[in-house]
Amino acid sequence: MPEFRSVTLPSGLRIAAEIDSRSYSAAFGYFVRAGSRDEVDCESGLSHFLEHMMFKGTASRSAADVNRELDELGGQSNAFTTEEQTVYYSTVLPKYQDRLLDLLSDMLDPILDAEEFETERQVILEEIAKYEDQPPFGAFERMMEVHFGPRGLGRRVLGTAESIQSMTVERMRDYFHRRYRPENIVLAASGNVDFDAMVDAVSQHSRSWCSRPQPAVPSADDSGSLPPGIQLDRTLPIADAFQAYCVSIAGGPTMKSDDRYAARVLASIIGDEGGSRLFWELIDTGRAEVATVWPQEFTDTGAWFTYMICAPEDVAANQRVIDEVIHSAVENGVQQSELEQAVNKATAGCIMQSERPGNRLFGLGSRWLMCDDYVNVDETLQRLRALDVDAVSVAARKYLTTPIERVFAVGAEVELSG
Amino acid sequence: MRNSTLITSNTTATNIRTETLANGMTVLIQPMPWLRTAAFSLALRAGIKSEPEPLNGLASLVCEMVQRGAGHYNSRELVAIQDNLGIDRSSGVSTGMASFGAAMPSQSLPEALKLYADIVRRPHLPGDQLDDARMMMIQELRAMEDEPTQRVMRRLRELHYGPRLGRSHYGTMEALKQIAERDVREFYQTHYHAGGAILGIAGDIDGDQGLQLAEAAFGDWKTGPEEPSFPVEGQAVYEHIELPSSQTHIGFAFASIPYGHPEYFKMRAGVGILSDGMSSRLFDRVREQRGLCYTVAASCHSLKNAGGVFGYAGTTPERAQETLDVTLHEIANLTSDLQPGELDRWKVRIESALIMEQESSASRASSLVSDQYQLGRALTTEELESKIESLALDDVRNYWDQHQPGDYRFVTLGPQALQAPSPAA
Repeated sequence: MPEFRSVTLPSGLRIAAEIDSRSYSAAFGYFVRAGSRDEVDCESGLSHFLEHMMFKGTASRSAADVNRELDELGGQSNAFTTEEQTVYYSTVLPKYQDRLLDLLSDMLDPILDAEEFETERQVILEEIAKYEDQPPFGAFERMMEVHFGPRGLGRRVLGTAESIQSMTVERMRDYFHRRYRPENIVLAASGNVDFDAMVDAVSQHSRSWCSRPQPAVPSADDSGSLPPGIQLDRTLPIADAFQAYCVSIAGGPTMKSDDRYAARVLASIIGDEGGSRLFWELIDTGRAEVATVWPQEFTDTGAWFTYMICAPEDVAANQRVIDEVIHSAVENGVQQSELEQAVNKATAGCIMQSERPGNRLFGLGSRWLMCDDYVNVDETLQRLRALDVDAVSVAARKYLTTPIERVFAVGAEVELSG
Repeated sequence: MRNSTLITSNTTATNIRTETLANGMTVLIQPMPWLRTAAFSLALRAGIKSEPEPLNGLASLVCEMVQRGAGHYNSRELVAIQDNLGIDRSSGVSTGMASFGAAMPSQSLPEALKLYADIVRRPHLPGDQLDDARMMMIQELRAMEDEPTQRVMRRLRELHYGPRLGRSHYGTMEALKQIAERDVREFYQTHYHAGGAILGIAGDIDGDQGLQLAEAAFGDWKTGPEEPSFPVEGQAVYEHIELPSSQTHIGFAFASIPYGHPEYFKMRAGVGILSDGMSSRLFDRVREQRGLCYTVAASCHSLKNAGGVFGYAGTTPERAQETLDVTLHEIANLTSDLQPGELDRWKVRIESALIMEQESSASRASSLVSDQYQLGRALTTEELESKIESLALDDVRNYWDQHQPGDYRFVTLGPQALQAPSPAA
């Protein structure tokens, strides 16, 4: 069994590790409470822009040095930003632990150079343009904006072309100092990890992070107006789109809800990509390309997504099928055989996933950052196996009856009915 | 034929057992006793190149149809059994093969192999589900039309390998509409057999037990001939697809050697220096230094007897020409300032990936099959490590100097066409 260890450094930085000396690799990640929900209008997109800038040099390393050294360690290294956090991670052979921690920790103390900022602004604008060309053409972002409002959890992670074009490096530095404080940061690790060496290395590196300046909190947004570049129309016209992309959202469990396991199994029974109720109705029959549901957990709230892709002329009929499937789950709950199948699938998936430390890292780090909580593989398996038909049926009544909002991305000429 | 390879080193000990059954199926087993999982990959000579000329899409459709009920089970029962066994499954066709992959907790392996023997040997091919399966494929085809990157790369592949070997597994709308129940049955009866088939098993299983399971499941399956090969008929051309997209999507390709060629790793290391990692030439010089794009990459692709290097960059239209020019310049000048550190970084990357592959039975099972298909034998991790380790910078330089990329195929999608260099340039 892997061993769990954690410590809080005097600076407030927290460290958590799931150690398994049998692993061939070790995964490390800095998890920072800096996501789009922490931004105000004039900072829109900053958490993500900053994530890019962390690779652009420190007091002792140039941008090229950072990238080169990451590659010298041979691992899988990257970073990502969500509504609630930014994560910098790498999976390497255990022998590279010290060098990797030295590098990642140094990266968390960036110089935020003005010239690099200008070059990277172009890359971010390209990233925004890239997603504009890709299905579902911004429909998820629009759905979040409609449901949560265009600020807070509904603020788009990439920002808008307008917000990125008008961003300044000074604003980025202030945002960095405000969010990248030791009490907002967790270092998580999994696999073949030397915990004591990790604590020593990071204690030294992070000592100066407490003395970062504390800029004033920016003034609150005017909630009576929309942020620049934001629209809230429920239909996004997409030139030349072949398929229609339909997203809906309702309430779901939070990261801390006890019924999150029941909700995950419910989602599997209703919308898994093979063998769920929606699969047999719409995918197996070729009526839709995608028809699925999933709960998305945030720290203080949750969402329940329904996503369908099909030919524009089939949207109304398919939507009726989805409504019937949902209605039936609310009215009649789920069957014992369906529950067993979903639990067997989920537990096997969990066992298989756990064989790679890189897979364990993200759940471990986010949970420790947001909830100060750790759930090991065996506990996850127990929680899944303990589910009964009643628990899943209760989750269906709780989450599938909350109000639903919808967003469509479709070809510009298409009229949707129903 | 029997051979057993046993090599030990400090990090990993690879013990791969290879056996060819009387009917021509090759079985490869790699025990990985430190895992709780097992996985297999089963590849049959029923890929895209076996399709009759007008019926592009038939190989994928048959691969889908065999999973709609087999042995004693209908389609829903099959899925229920797979889920209850905890099988994470995949299937699909490539140019040469139809493949079925399954990863699971290791105690499920015996049942899973029996189930897949039903699927490939005793499928019902239910006529009343043909239209559903056809519609499923039409959905995928429509989906691909909405993905500009995929559209560009699919067309590029056709131009690179020619109309026969460059065919896509999606098929075409016209062909899919034509396929009849008789075509499905004929393709199944002709191409689903043990001749030239490969079964790779890896994970928490021992060699003897694995062989017994494979023999019991497939030992008495009929054999058959392998599909003859087709020539590559690529052309050096430039095609533009005009669309009002936000970015211009640029695809390029040039001919290269396939995995298994004696000089493969010299070529592959050069592509690694160009594109693997954040300090690679293309990422550093096109994206990091100039901010021209978010995505730029090149990678190697191999068929059995032909290969190619395929590249992609996506950028806003006003910067697209510069992006293409800089990218091609970097490729043309690969050998002009090669540094030892560049090769060293690529070696560490590959060696790390090889060691980490020991954490995944599914990844090993599929490597066993692709090695057997491309090389005619499995390569141990140690053997691959030593091939990589022995590469010198001069090997890479000499190979690329002697085989300068040329005869580029280009496909772009966006508001305006670009100036692509002529084939002679």
